[in-house]
Amino acid sequence: MTTITADAPAVVRVNRGHAVGDALTMAWRNLLNLVRNPQLLVFATIQPVIFVLMFRYVFGGAIQGSLPPGQTYVNFLMPGIFVQTIVFGSLTTGVGLADDLSKGLIDRFRSLPMARSAVLVGRTLADLVRNFFVVILMCVVGFIVGWTIGTNVWGLIGAVGIILAFSYSLSWVFAIVGLMVKDAETAQAVSFPILAPLVFASSAFVPVATMPSWLQGWAENQPVSIVVDAARALTIGGPTSEYVIKALLWIVGIVAVCAPIAVNRYRRAV
Amino acid sequence: MTAPAIEADGLVKHFGDVEAVKGVSFEVPEGRVLGVLGPNGAGKTTSVRMLTTLLRPDGGTARVLGMDVRKDPQQVRANIGLAGQYAAVDENLTGRENLALVGKLTHMSSAEYGARADELLEQFALSDAADRVARTYSGGMRRRLDLAAALVHRPPVLFLDEPTTGLDPQGRNELWGVIEALVSRGTTVLLTTQYLEEADVLADNIVVIDHGSVIAEGTATELKERLGATVVEITMRDDDSTARAVELLAPVGKASRDGKLVRVNVPGGAGARSMLDAVRLLDGEHLDPAAMVLREPTLDDVFLQLTGHSTTDGDESDQGGDQ
Repeated sequence: MTTITADAPAVVRVNRGHAVGDALTMAWRNLLNLVRNPQLLVFATIQPVIFVLMFRYVFGGAIQGSLPPGQTYVNFLMPGIFVQTIVFGSLTTGVGLADDLSKGLIDRFRSLPMARSAVLVGRTLADLVRNFFVVILMCVVGFIVGWTIGTNVWGLIGAVGIILAFSYSLSWVFAIVGLMVKDAETAQAVSFPILAPLVFASSAFVPVATMPSWLQGWAENQPVSIVVDAARALTIGGPTSEYVIKALLWIVGIVAVCAPIAVNRYRRAV
Repeated sequence: MTAPAIEADGLVKHFGDVEAVKGVSFEVPEGRVLGVLGPNGAGKTTSVRMLTTLLRPDGGTARVLGMDVRKDPQQVRANIGLAGQYAAVDENLTGRENLALVGKLTHMSSAEYGARADELLEQFALSDAADRVARTYSGGMRRRLDLAAALVHRPPVLFLDEPTTGLDPQGRNELWGVIEALVSRGTTVLLTTQYLEEADVLADNIVVIDHGSVIAEGTATELKERLGATVVEITMRDDDSTARAVELLAPVGKASRDGKLVRVNVPGGAGARSMLDAVRLLDGEHLDPAAMVLREPTLDDVFLQLTGHSTTDGDESDQGGDQ
């Protein structure tokens, strides 16, 4: 340990090419934060379980009547609940970034010779990992309350994959929000009005056909409905390719537009 | 003659219509400490943010170890440490993990940052708390961890933005000791502060900033000689006697009044004698002060002398600056 006392070394030159390693370091840091923050853990686990139980048993009876014959509400509901949960979960990407910003952590990261993309990629990756566990947990609860897969295991895996990919794309939307506001509370307050019409004016909980006609155009084509419909087709059965292709186009489009904007905002964030 | 470690040359920064920094220039030679002294909103933090690559200057140049912050930001970042007023530590990581995070992000090997973390935790008296999450730390401990985090990669140049703001006197003294130890090992330091005493204790050279411009520069001793090393404050009982006292005390030092308060800035060396002189002069005219105090000059006295306004009169126009 003879080198330890040398505190004022010569000028250091850095090399490029740390983008992946830096992003993984940031993901590690964010996952540690999640595990050690009981509030976030409860939000991520208990809330989705309550939603499954509530919709299954409280609204199930009322909505059953509007479903096509032969379909059960629990099978109709589960893809909707998945998407609703991960959509609201993606808000934590923005909340976390706004929190880092207000606590000065972003300043520290920006003063280090790390990849400019790492804070955002690490954060969105950590949120993807969290969403993965949330979806697994919800699958288990769903099976307990009578959810059945009408297709096969590949359909289920495909549905989960599309839902997670959608959650990842939304993380980038809320990364932009998080970098534009002052603190975590504001990020939350700003995000909710964006999310509510997406989640509730969609096919997530009720068939679009039950909505007034002026709303149906929106509800049929907006991304939450498309992703829910794709997940339904993959788990219940029926034609899948149209929904899946549309869903993938939304996902790729959202990332392609929002990720560069978010990284650019990160570079300038004050 | 080597290039200065830190060089600001005509730095300018606007926020909308507000010119937060209006052509600030200074240099810090290698291994020296510069104190940047000024009130809230003077442009101190904005200047530091430009020098540390966090903000792009609108004009002028900033160099660290000869490297331009605009052209070569990544190289600048590899050579600087930044600790701010926030204590930017991750509350849900332990002290050791916070240091490891910086080690990983500066691309040290795990053996290297592990050893470095142990060493810094020891040096900053955080060894006992090393494996507790930072949420449980006191304010002083957080600041020490923040400073330790800025030092993980052994940066030759260190920026400290109001490192002791909000700390109690004990925490402040501890941090001063740590900074002095760093400087004795050859680190170049730029330190911003609102406290004249802090600049006096830590800095070789002081730059005084107000409204985005440098208004004075020199060693602590030079500034004190110019601005008065001692302040005598006398509270009178009525307006007439206050006016009379200001006249009488002119031979002691530069006297000014603020309501019934007479403030005399005494030039270097006179110290407590000036109090005796003041007592003698007032007593000679049978004036009866309500209170008399002898004290060290504060930043406010320096500002009053240099600008004619006190630090609290300044507007709060430095948006995004010294929050």
